[in-house]
Amino acid sequence: MMIKATDLTKTYQMGPNEIRALINVSLSIEAGEYVAIIGPSGSGKSTLMNVLGGLDRPDSGRYFFDGEDVLAMNDDALAAFRGSKIGFVFQSFQLLPRLSARLNIELPLVYAGMVPGERRRRAEAMLVKVGLGQRGDSRPSQLSGGQQQRVAIARALASEPRLMLCDEPTGALDQKTGREILDLLEALNRQGSTVLMVTHDLQIASRARRIIEMRDGAVIRDGAPQ
Amino acid sequence: MIRTSDLFWSAVNAITAHPMRSSLTSLGVLIGVAAVIAITSVGLGAQSSVTSAISGLGSNLLIVTSGAARGGGVRLASGTGSPLTETDLQALARNLDATVSGSVRGQAQVVAEGTNWNTQIEGVTANYLVTRDLKIAEGRDFEDSEIVSRRKVVILGATVTKELFGSADPIGQRVRISNTPFEVIGVLAKRGQAGFGMDQDDIVLAPIGPVRSRVVGRRLRSSAVSQIFIKASSSDALEALESDAKEILRETRRVREGSEDNFSVQNMASILEAGRSATQTFTLLLGAVAAVSLLVGGIGIMNIMLVAVTERTREIGLRKAIGARSRDILVQFTLEAVLVSSLGGFWGLLVGISGAWALAQFGGWPTTIPVWAAPVSLLFSSVVGVIFGALPAWRAAQLHPVEALRRD
Ligand SMILES: Nc1ncnc2c1ncn2[C@@H]1O[C@H](COP(=O)(O)OP(=O)(O)OP(=O)(O)O)[C@@H](O)[C@H]1O
Ligand SMILES: [Mg+2]
Repeated sequence: MMIKATDLTKTYQMGPNEIRALINVSLSIEAGEYVAIIGPSGSGKSTLMNVLGGLDRPDSGRYFFDGEDVLAMNDDALAAFRGSKIGFVFQSFQLLPRLSARLNIELPLVYAGMVPGERRRRAEAMLVKVGLGQRGDSRPSQLSGGQQQRVAIARALASEPRLMLCDEPTGALDQKTGREILDLLEALNRQGSTVLMVTHDLQIASRARRIIEMRDGAVIRDGAPQ
Repeated sequence: MIRTSDLFWSAVNAITAHPMRSSLTSLGVLIGVAAVIAITSVGLGAQSSVTSAISGLGSNLLIVTSGAARGGGVRLASGTGSPLTETDLQALARNLDATVSGSVRGQAQVVAEGTNWNTQIEGVTANYLVTRDLKIAEGRDFEDSEIVSRRKVVILGATVTKELFGSADPIGQRVRISNTPFEVIGVLAKRGQAGFGMDQDDIVLAPIGPVRSRVVGRRLRSSAVSQIFIKASSSDALEALESDAKEILRETRRVREGSEDNFSVQNMASILEAGRSATQTFTLLLGAVAAVSLLVGGIGIMNIMLVAVTERTREIGLRKAIGARSRDILVQFTLEAVLVSSLGGFWGLLVGISGAWALAQFGGWPTTIPVWAAPVSLLFSSVVGVIFGALPAWRAAQLHPVEALRRD
């Protein structure tokens, strides 16, 4: 089992109100799976992704990744965990505008301490993998939204992570481009990447082999699409 | 773990992304460093010219003048009490293990063939040249017998020689001072300017007797000496010599037990020290004022770095999401501040040195560029970067990745 999380709870204090973003969420994910998380806005999908990716800590619960106790890690170990095991893809791409596509892809490898030559080779390979072999020198502002998201996916893939966490990766794209991104993610999954993806689109979700549905911070359904 | 060279380059990239902003930020430090260097150069220059002016009066030297006498409760300036005499001089010479001389001083017209020159006439006793560290360039010193027999011979300073004789040989020539003919027996070695625009070579030396009677005139008692010079063999002996001299003088000048000295003994070493510390204080004060501008430059850096952290919040969140530790963010932003600041320090160093050089070249100021200028300004500007970059960098490092990524 790659991921084993039990009773994850997270509460936000908003003035006098408590917002329960996660309520006793338990789930397991095996390596190689392709899982879609759906649910209405505010149901806790992003919060769950952030906890699983080691970006945020839950208030309580247990979380093991490849048998390692993630919640016992200190901040530096958690940073290393994010850098080596997780590849994030965000709705808003989150590319650094000053850097070329290639340097954006190299960035996780920079923090991993990889030497420049090796980094560059790895970035070029990732560019080819996402279908942007010729655009390595372009700045993000010179690329279309779909192309930017491809660069972001290449960046997530660069450190050969165990798990891809994609929070609404098609949310900022038109339908056709969104489809292409999903095709890419599915292709990557067939090549062995484990993908966990948040989406609003039920049609998109139905292409996944497993759907987790959330409401008000709790998992209300977990299984294959009907 | 991130490589050091990558940290460095990411800082360089961030700085070059905003060339105008970065230059203006380092300008603050530049001005501060340049001001500190230029001002200390001027201060040190003043200090060394004061030092050379005072040490030009002679080293290891005590100067005795009459005065510091009490007149009805009013303390009079030195030189106003009952004058020193040959008796005092001889008592000192006999009892001290030092070289002692005395002099009287007047101003007169010196006339040579066809020309004349107004200068200072110093009537001296034996050993005067030794006590004042004066050297003969041509001719010879006075012989003791010439002093005793009040011979009318003179030794000329370099300036006087040039004014009266040009390039001709003055030895053996005659000059007239107050209508009395004197024979030139020597020329003093050049000593140069003493600071304050004083020409130490504009002087004529003659035996004390004739000068007392012909130049200074009736006002003076026949055995009067206006100044006595005591030269110690070493600077260590100076203090003991000073108290011995005072004791001897109190006796010869019949100062009663408990009453104040009617003479004063000035220790040139301590005057030198006082002059030195006065200019030093002055330099420190101005330097401190300049350092305040460095502080302002540092605050400018802090300001811009805080703006940068706000602007780049999402970048910081992203970097953390892909594996950057808080420490990596801290170092990166601190390094940016240090680079901007030391860039200012480097240019400030060049501008400060050029400024000091220009003041010396075109303003005629005596400037001394301190040897520590280069290392200290580079080190100091880096330290300014660390200090004022620390708070913004710390803020950046503390950002929560999820919140940082959500910021727009
Ligand atoms: N930093 C925070 N402070 C307060 N409340 C928060 C914070 N972050 C999230 N929440 C709340 O937690 C709940 C879950 O938020 P989350 O972002 O996980 O929802 P989501 O399912 O991703 O929604 P969406 O589909 O709109 O992205 C929401 O009610 C949200 O308002
Ligand atoms: Mg969300």
